[in-house]
Amino acid sequence: MKNADKGTGFILPALLLLAAVTIYPLIQVINLSFQRRLLIFDVVEFVGLQNYIFLLEDERFRDALKNTAYFTTLSVLSELVLGLAFALLLNRTFFGKGVARAFILVPWAIPTVVSAKMWEWMYNTDFGIFNYLLGTKINWLGDPQWALNAAIFMDVWKTTPFVAIILLAGLQVIPRDLHSAARVDGAGSVSLFLSITLPLLKPVILIVVIFRCLDAFRIFDAVYVLTGGGPANTTETLSIYTYKVLFQTLQFGYGSTLAVAVFLCVGFITVAFIGLIGKRFVHS
Amino acid sequence: MKRRIFYLVLTVVVLYSAGPLIWQVLTSLKTDHELTRIPPLLPGSPTLTHYISVFEGRMFFRIMLNSIVVSSSTTVLAIMIGSLCAFGLAKLRVRYKPVILGFILSASMFPPIATVSPLFMMIKAAGLRDTWFALIITYTTFSLPLSVWILTNFFREVPDEIFRAARIDGCTSFQSYAKIILPLSAPGIFATAILVFIFSWNEFLYALTFTSTEDSRTIPVAIALFPGIHEIPWGEIAAASVIVTIPLLVLIFAFQKKIIEGLTAGAVKG
Repeated sequence: MKNADKGTGFILPALLLLAAVTIYPLIQVINLSFQRRLLIFDVVEFVGLQNYIFLLEDERFRDALKNTAYFTTLSVLSELVLGLAFALLLNRTFFGKGVARAFILVPWAIPTVVSAKMWEWMYNTDFGIFNYLLGTKINWLGDPQWALNAAIFMDVWKTTPFVAIILLAGLQVIPRDLHSAARVDGAGSVSLFLSITLPLLKPVILIVVIFRCLDAFRIFDAVYVLTGGGPANTTETLSIYTYKVLFQTLQFGYGSTLAVAVFLCVGFITVAFIGLIGKRFVHS
Repeated sequence: MKRRIFYLVLTVVVLYSAGPLIWQVLTSLKTDHELTRIPPLLPGSPTLTHYISVFEGRMFFRIMLNSIVVSSSTTVLAIMIGSLCAFGLAKLRVRYKPVILGFILSASMFPPIATVSPLFMMIKAAGLRDTWFALIITYTTFSLPLSVWILTNFFREVPDEIFRAARIDGCTSFQSYAKIILPLSAPGIFATAILVFIFSWNEFLYALTFTSTEDSRTIPVAIALFPGIHEIPWGEIAAASVIVTIPLLVLIFAFQKKIIEGLTAGAVKG
């Protein structure tokens, strides 16, 4: 808007707060990552790249990275498919739509910690409802074969509503006449979906995938409360490993190095996605 | 026929979404005896024992109070600071606007774990460990990207002519903010407030690290660290889970339209 008043004063409080609580700590964490710090012994020394060299050889870090990548890929893909199905379902007109929508939002609104506790109980080997319904006696959270998948299953339940709601909004801006026109031309439901709905929905799908990938990659609370990273570290994600190094073994130096690594990974994912979207927008 | 299949699928989806919560409600109503066997699926003689013992725990009300104070203060602060900033970005002259908006949005991509160690040290050094303030200031900052983003989108929809007219009548920009933009964008502000409130009510990582006693411990931390003397008290955990989820259920059933509006603002339009 031209000739408008100056707005610097209006944006200043927000910028100051962001600088103090995100930028300054970010500089500090980089600084800490070059130090050896043992809080209980008051040890503080500059060790240069030593932590980073250790990081490259740290197998537990590599496993955590693998777990996180597996978790992110599988959960985001499942949420996308399921979320799209929910969105298509809700995009119809029917009686009780508002109530159905609210019900579908339930998992999203439940505090993550509460849902982790709920699922821990459902996964219980002896008295859990899953083993009862399936007639099995599987130790879902104690068996390295199952634990990470069990965590993914919970995360999919928890976050599909978010994906569905965003995709539903994307579906609603697709003009209805496009569909009717294609129907007149004799297009069936499937080809309608593949040739009209899906391409038009692409930008929204991309946005949702970015949001979800970043969130899934940072996952901490859901898995930490569900399994604590066990059994045998098979569900230990990057955030959980970092948290343990920082606050259980109190190695603030190496923990900060891990934190920087997580930050760089997330930054890399963001830049990769923005590159992808940027290109798309330039073309269209 | 087609209609019938549709409602069948819809029922399955609704049950899938609400099932775990329903199971938790059933669990909370079972006696300790019934908890350690399956079947029965339904409580034979529903009991409120677990709810009573949750309420009798002295700490319960304090922890509820902590969560209520922290979440409401965060909501008020984030809306105040966020709406000022959004007004500046949507309607006023600001240098390097795209850069600033980009910076604010990029803050939302920060992994919370990345800054938790220096924040912990800052809070400890300032003597703010285990206080409401430590959580409020952190949550407010981390809600800013979302609030600024949603509110900027809502404010942009208010026509510029109104501000020109107001300025000719001698309105300062702060008066336009307080007397024009805030009342006109009340629905958007409300949608944002609900999202910020839910975020603060549910946050776990910072709450876990910055709090150490019931002086400031919030609900998610209390539930994660639920004390059990011999075995995990599933009945009480279930009862506590149901109690703390009720406010959120009320919010989504009363305001699902608003929540969806807030969640989708920007993602689809922008």
